[in-house]
Amino acid sequence: MTTGRNRARWSAVNALVLLYALVPVAWIAALSFKTPATISDGAFWPRRWTLDNYRGIFANDDFVRGLVNSIGIGLISTAVAIAVGTLAAYAIARLAFPGKSLVLGVSLLIAMFPQISLVTPLFQIERGLGLFNTWPGLILPYVTFALPLTIYTLSTFFREIPWDLEKAAKMDGATPFQAFRLVIAPLAMPGVVTTAILAFIVCWNDFLFSISLTSSDAARTAPATISFFTGSSQFEDPTGSIAAAAMVITVPIVVFVLLFQRRIVSGLTSGAVKG
Amino acid sequence: MAEIALEKVGKTYPDGYTAVHALDLTVADGEFVILVGPSGCGKSTTLNMIAGLEDITSGELRIDGTRVNEVAPRARDIAMVFQSYALYPHMTVRENIGFPLRLAGMDRARAAGKIEETARILDLEGLLDRRPAHLSGGQRQRVAMGRAIVRDPRAFLMDEPLSNLDAKLRVQMRTTISRLQKRLGTTTVYVTHDQTEAMTLGDRMVLMNKGRVQQVGPPDELYRRPHNLFVAGFVGSPAMNFLPAEIQDGALRSVIGRIPLTDRMRNALQRRRGVPRELVLGVRPEAFADPRLGGVHGGAEPCSFTGQVEILESLGAEKLAYLTLDADAAVRSEHLADAFQGRESWSGDQLVARLDPASPVREGDELELVYDPDAIHLFAPDTGVNLTEDA
Repeated sequence: MTTGRNRARWSAVNALVLLYALVPVAWIAALSFKTPATISDGAFWPRRWTLDNYRGIFANDDFVRGLVNSIGIGLISTAVAIAVGTLAAYAIARLAFPGKSLVLGVSLLIAMFPQISLVTPLFQIERGLGLFNTWPGLILPYVTFALPLTIYTLSTFFREIPWDLEKAAKMDGATPFQAFRLVIAPLAMPGVVTTAILAFIVCWNDFLFSISLTSSDAARTAPATISFFTGSSQFEDPTGSIAAAAMVITVPIVVFVLLFQRRIVSGLTSGAVKG
Repeated sequence: MAEIALEKVGKTYPDGYTAVHALDLTVADGEFVILVGPSGCGKSTTLNMIAGLEDITSGELRIDGTRVNEVAPRARDIAMVFQSYALYPHMTVRENIGFPLRLAGMDRARAAGKIEETARILDLEGLLDRRPAHLSGGQRQRVAMGRAIVRDPRAFLMDEPLSNLDAKLRVQMRTTISRLQKRLGTTTVYVTHDQTEAMTLGDRMVLMNKGRVQQVGPPDELYRRPHNLFVAGFVGSPAMNFLPAEIQDGALRSVIGRIPLTDRMRNALQRRRGVPRELVLGVRPEAFADPRLGGVHGGAEPCSFTGQVEILESLGAEKLAYLTLDADAAVRSEHLADAFQGRESWSGDQLVARLDPASPVREGDELELVYDPDAIHLFAPDTGVNLTEDA
């Protein structure tokens, strides 16, 4: 009785939350399938379905170029952040070294810093260094802002791995790097994958740096490209194209997360030590 | 095979705490040595220093005559079995056992042969493709052993390898380890806090307390001739009885009667200077016997006393009688507190006797017990030294 009622109550709450979260997405999706004539008719579902918006944005070289930039810059930034973050997190979780709390504190500080306040100095610095409007010019701030997240998440994962495993590896004849590569890293893999997804999302979703630190499609990422969309005439809003582009940049992330969710298995370390 | 020599090896942490004080110990080639003591006595630290997992802050560690203080663990060619087993959860049993061989760069065919052989020795043949998560505690323990023996190291180090097993399995594994060590003849240092394990396993026992060695010797010697109160209290189960006693007119006055000093005691006491008048008398539960079953065997005239049996534990092969004596004196010594983990006072009116199961004694009985006065140990309460043994 009570469990049935409980379940009903929970279902209602879940439905409400889902509705709240997904209605705007559904709306954008619906908009992306509407023809320019029906786009402002107020109906939720398109009266006449069309793929013209999608055809349009993929015919737009700037958007395609933006996607390529997004994917490239996002992957490189994630890879760099994970590589550096893994080593840093391992050190923070396992070693006692002077300035450890300082490192953690500073990385937390970076994470809390309002990015908007850094845009102007970064703009000036990158112009001076010749990084403005290049891939490295975006990769650099992305790595910087993804790192605190990476270090924090990964050090928690590393702390959960029993220290005895490392000692055992050392006794079995492993160098510290072998112990890390053959024992610790495989066990931390689920954590690394999770963190990588989060870091990639941070880079992929960025708009501020991309719009401020680029001036052409040489490095401009997809979200920034969308803001340069124009209608086919000056009397026409590019609403349909923007909606379609928004869907195009949202769907990969969702697929990505769903795909890797299975890899995020907890309890992989069970059986290592009696506990 | 190797000889491990510790010369004044000490460990002081950066915060000033000294876990191990200048420890001298030589483990002969092929010997099985047990480091035993209560928690925090420095036994695990000592083991980790031999392994190379902890730095040695003073003294020298030599393996086969070569100083290895600064040598990395992987270069010491020593295998270790951890209390937690520390199996690699992402590897199968085969990969776990083969891990040291893989690191050593042994070719696959030879390694596979070695793994099979090790699995056969440890009865793991059917489990080679399982992962540690799907093994029982005993099987995990055996895999951990396998990983240690597979590469024929110069020495084995074992850090409480059995303490995570249930009692029955522990006894079983104890003999397995003993047999294995004899068969391989590999120098072994074994750490445990369990005195039964220590008594039954090794060739020699090193009993430690507060970072210092209390006594080194064959288990039997520590049991029979403890150097001090700590050793006497730690070794043996049930523990030795401690009672207050006083020397008066060439005899001992105690709650278990007036005990004439035997020649052995008199000689030993005479050779010491400044023997205090009040002493701690130690006598093992095994020293007592029910006179109705024939009394005790010994050179001296047996002594006797009576007490009321408060609790009787029948263990099948023996009976443990807990007696209350007619006395209110108590023994107090910090040395006892160490051996009994904080229990500082040893009430002088309580006594345990281990009796033959044929004894007709019942709870509540007034029981007469006899004992050989030569089985008595006398300790100085302040220093804890056994006065009846030549140090």
